[in-house]
Amino acid sequence: MHNHVLKDLKNTVAKFLDKPAFCGEKSVLTFKQLDESIDRIGTYILRQGIKKSPIVVYMEKSPEEVAAFFGIIRAGSYYVPIDAEMPSVRIHLILENVKAPLLICDDATAASAEELGFDGKIVKYSEISRSEENGIDASALDEVYKHSIDTDPLYIVFTSGSTGVPKGVVGCHRAVNDYIDQLSEVLGFSEKTVFGNQTPLYLDACFKELYPTLRYGATTYFVPKTLFMQPLKLVQYLNEHEINTVCWVVSALTIISAFGTFKTEIPKYLKTIAFGSEVFPLKQFRMWRAALPEATFTNLYGPTEGTGMCCYYRVDRDFEDGEAIPIGRPFDNTDIILLDDDNNEVTMESGEQGEICIRGTSLTLGYMNNPEKTAEAFTLNPLQKGWPELIYRTGDIGRYNERGELMFVSRKDFQIKHMGHRIELGEIEVNAQMIEGITGAACVYDKAKGKIVLFYSGDKEEADMKVLLKDSLPRYMVPNVTKKLDRIPLTSNGKTDRVALNGMI
Amino acid sequence: MDELIAILKDIHPDVDYATATNLIDGKILDSFDIISLVSEIADKFDVVISAEYMVPENFNSAQALWDLIQKLEDEE
Repeated sequence: MHNHVLKDLKNTVAKFLDKPAFCGEKSVLTFKQLDESIDRIGTYILRQGIKKSPIVVYMEKSPEEVAAFFGIIRAGSYYVPIDAEMPSVRIHLILENVKAPLLICDDATAASAEELGFDGKIVKYSEISRSEENGIDASALDEVYKHSIDTDPLYIVFTSGSTGVPKGVVGCHRAVNDYIDQLSEVLGFSEKTVFGNQTPLYLDACFKELYPTLRYGATTYFVPKTLFMQPLKLVQYLNEHEINTVCWVVSALTIISAFGTFKTEIPKYLKTIAFGSEVFPLKQFRMWRAALPEATFTNLYGPTEGTGMCCYYRVDRDFEDGEAIPIGRPFDNTDIILLDDDNNEVTMESGEQGEICIRGTSLTLGYMNNPEKTAEAFTLNPLQKGWPELIYRTGDIGRYNERGELMFVSRKDFQIKHMGHRIELGEIEVNAQMIEGITGAACVYDKAKGKIVLFYSGDKEEADMKVLLKDSLPRYMVPNVTKKLDRIPLTSNGKTDRVALNGMI
Repeated sequence: MDELIAILKDIHPDVDYATATNLIDGKILDSFDIISLVSEIADKFDVVISAEYMVPENFNSAQALWDLIQKLEDEE
């Protein structure tokens, strides 16, 4: 049984020593080098007297960042990855929430790390991973390992929050191990797997590559971000490294298909393609299947609160225009229930809609230092009153189709998926309202064009609003369109009239 | 050219496109900006920018992008 995510590490290292584990733009870490770095970082953390604490990782995406994550885990603490490109205002909110004693930065982020106003100690990765003074204390590390249990926290990743404050989702060993078991079986990972990673390391999406690489002795390439605007070079990169497996957001895949790249070059080594987080436009999807008829295509679905993904659908047929690709079925050892507004179960046979709720080991532990939000989303299972059993209420509305496959219908609230990112429109509105001179703000999503539209009232020009919001929001959350109104339309109940706003986009 | 500048301004109003020559290398435009840009250009100029032209050299400045649009228009 896997009670710890690093349980396989020593076996994998012994078997694959000098094989590259993680390959970035500037550096590569082999399994042996990774293992040594992990033990050094782990030892350093223990020598600081830090135990079972959140530790912030504020680094550029790199193999070293992964070593920092695992080093923190080795020391029995849990990592909090932060996007170094995020505006400092938002980073502050996160640091205030987690109250970590230590922050690990690198050469590229050291200067901005000093300006974060972080209360704890700041260290550079290079100082704690290689230096000779950091001799490895194997017995101290093993002692920590012996006392760890699989419900101990492993990471905190932050997701958009409707009140303007990001929410930190706390995940544990048990859920990640279960996720990797199920995902690896469905997608067929092995030591021969060569991953091309696209998703950022500060979200749970990257677990699909990080943990299977450790477990099976696979290799992960971090595809340089700039290649996602150069489709031809992107495919050449995949071919150069003989990448056979990608788990990407849909928009990253359509960048290749939409611009006629397949006419010039095909990613010929790709055998396993998984995607998710968004609707795959069928026209684009057909181009992919036509280009790679031998490859498997798997749609993945799941919220961060359910640890990575929780449902899958292996594409086994063609779809009519206007049809959506199903979410499919839950992974083994995960159960999905649909609940109606009165907390009654919606059956598969009825074909009715209900809120998608997750049951099982895959549940995360909740939101860090946020009991109110945790209690709202992680509730007792209303169908099972004999003992306390937690479910996670996703806020997604789903239904079963006539084949018994789960289909995504819509959201219950104002959360959207934009370019693969999960965004609460409320977070944008709160940040817009905080700008001086702004008297009202309401945000809608133009699904047809894939644009975030902000309506506001106040004395700022439309162009200035975008610029001002860049100071507080990550760039993927900055509205694509800003429209100034005399006043935000309200319904008779005094709420924002979103129907009227949708008519104005 | 003015029409192109207007499209670019709509994406990032705070950039001086008359002088900027590092739109890609300076991380001013990201991959999502490029995609919306290419589709706006297709709408406005009836020009399809295919994968082979999607390289930083063609997107680093408004002038380079304008030259590309002209070249593709001539080829049609």
